[in-house]
Amino acid sequence: MKILVPIKRVFDPYAKVTVAPDGQSLEAIGAKFEINPFDEIAMEAAVQLREAHGAVEIVAVAIGGSECEEQLRKALAMGADSAILVETTDALDSRVVAAELEALVRELSPDLVLMGKLATDGEGNQTGPRLAARLGWPQATLLSSLSISGNLATARRETDLGEEAIEVNLPAVFTTDLRLNEPRYIALPGIIKARSKPLARRGRATGVTAQTVTVGYESAPTRPPGQRVNSVTELVAGLTSRGAI
Amino acid sequence: MAKILLVTFGPQEAGLAGGFATQLGAEVTVLALGGVPSVGFPVLDAGFAEVPPSDTISAAVAELAKGYDYVVAVSSLAAKDLLARVAGHLDWPLVNDVTAIHGSHEFQHPVAAGAAVETVRVSGYGVILTFRPAAFPGTAPAGESTKESVSLAVAPGSRRTEAAARSGSRPDLAQAKVIVSGGRPLQTAEKFEQIIGGLADALGGAVGATRAAVDSGIASNELQVGQTGKIVAPDLYIAAGISGSTQHLAGIKDSKVIVAINKDPGAPIFEVADFGLVADLFEVVPELTAQIQQRAVAL
Repeated sequence: MKILVPIKRVFDPYAKVTVAPDGQSLEAIGAKFEINPFDEIAMEAAVQLREAHGAVEIVAVAIGGSECEEQLRKALAMGADSAILVETTDALDSRVVAAELEALVRELSPDLVLMGKLATDGEGNQTGPRLAARLGWPQATLLSSLSISGNLATARRETDLGEEAIEVNLPAVFTTDLRLNEPRYIALPGIIKARSKPLARRGRATGVTAQTVTVGYESAPTRPPGQRVNSVTELVAGLTSRGAI
Repeated sequence: MAKILLVTFGPQEAGLAGGFATQLGAEVTVLALGGVPSVGFPVLDAGFAEVPPSDTISAAVAELAKGYDYVVAVSSLAAKDLLARVAGHLDWPLVNDVTAIHGSHEFQHPVAAGAAVETVRVSGYGVILTFRPAAFPGTAPAGESTKESVSLAVAPGSRRTEAAARSGSRPDLAQAKVIVSGGRPLQTAEKFEQIIGGLADALGGAVGATRAAVDSGIASNELQVGQTGKIVAPDLYIAAGISGSTQHLAGIKDSKVIVAINKDPGAPIFEVADFGLVADLFEVVPELTAQIQQRAVAL
């Protein structure tokens, strides 16, 4: 079994993100870059599948600048066997990323693509299903559990009403939600071993261009300061005067 | 006039699209996948008893969408799942969680857990959008409209072996005017139901929960409010025993009035609350419930 895990480099999701003075980008002063947390969950899920099944090859892939090597090395330390960096400075949106991933899937023929439901920076929320549609593969998104037996995946996924159970034949595209697992702590031997694992750099496979461009960013509107109340009676009076109850 | 295909997953959603359609300046046709709405928009009824998995109907929806300028839906997990796949079939741009329309191809949406809003410009023959109804007040036209059946081919794909079902009679979080939410300090499922559920029932509202409360098993999954979970925008949001993590606050920011009840005066929830009460929720929430019930009797 072969699993492809796409990895996105994002700001530390716990850092305070602000709009850059020119309004053209986001910044997180002093923050480190990390693997998008949902992709990290996908990486952990891939490693758990190998632990359950034995012969599983895991390939991590990132698309972007040379700095993405940092996140690919971390994926290798988590347990990926090899990594591919599709190196580009082009403007990327979900369309471009899905097209590049499609080309990689057609070349590498994985049984599963396992990726985050969204990236915490742009929150595009669409690359997985876009890729699945391009491939003509089934999809199972927002997973909270996943197990595989032969050619059949059984999974639970988050829905608007709670959780549902599904089954799907491989090959398929899967996206992860937070409850799927807690990514393991990377021990030093893994980090050292990752340095000698293969990381291939290559150029883009397609000429697909971005359909979505950023015009600018603004800080989210903040709520005006509220008032402290000292008792339930005061609270009820306040809510009544606001017409809230 | 531009044409919108509004994809709905439940009978209430079409009623939330009036303001959005007016701002987009486009004519709406509803594609009803789950339940037929009674609105003044023309309706194409797919006739499904339950909305099939996205990967089995996306190609048919994409085919139908080709006759429209926009394919839109009220933001939900189901909508994002299906429309992202439709975007893949059509190779059209998709912007999720739209909160403002700046032009026919320019839209605003929140990014980075609600820390900022991004304006994007999209290009392409057609445009796909999911939107947050709270950002687009206005009602859909009432009254009768044309309703016709449409047959969507269901292709092989993933198979649902157990459906999610919402339990209880309380209103759905996405549509509730009042939401009472609790966090992990409620300790047990019984106390959660008694204290949070009790106040919600007194107000005729829905019950919500934090991710921590859901993960610790005291509240069920579908109640989770936040960036992971439901984005809500009720008239009144009461948070009891909730400290206010970034991801929870990202899900409640559009509420009209927020009340925070928490023992810790330094809890971040107080920074976004209109009314903050520093107190033990086990004492004051039942007291609040009693006062609300007395008011109801007095009226």
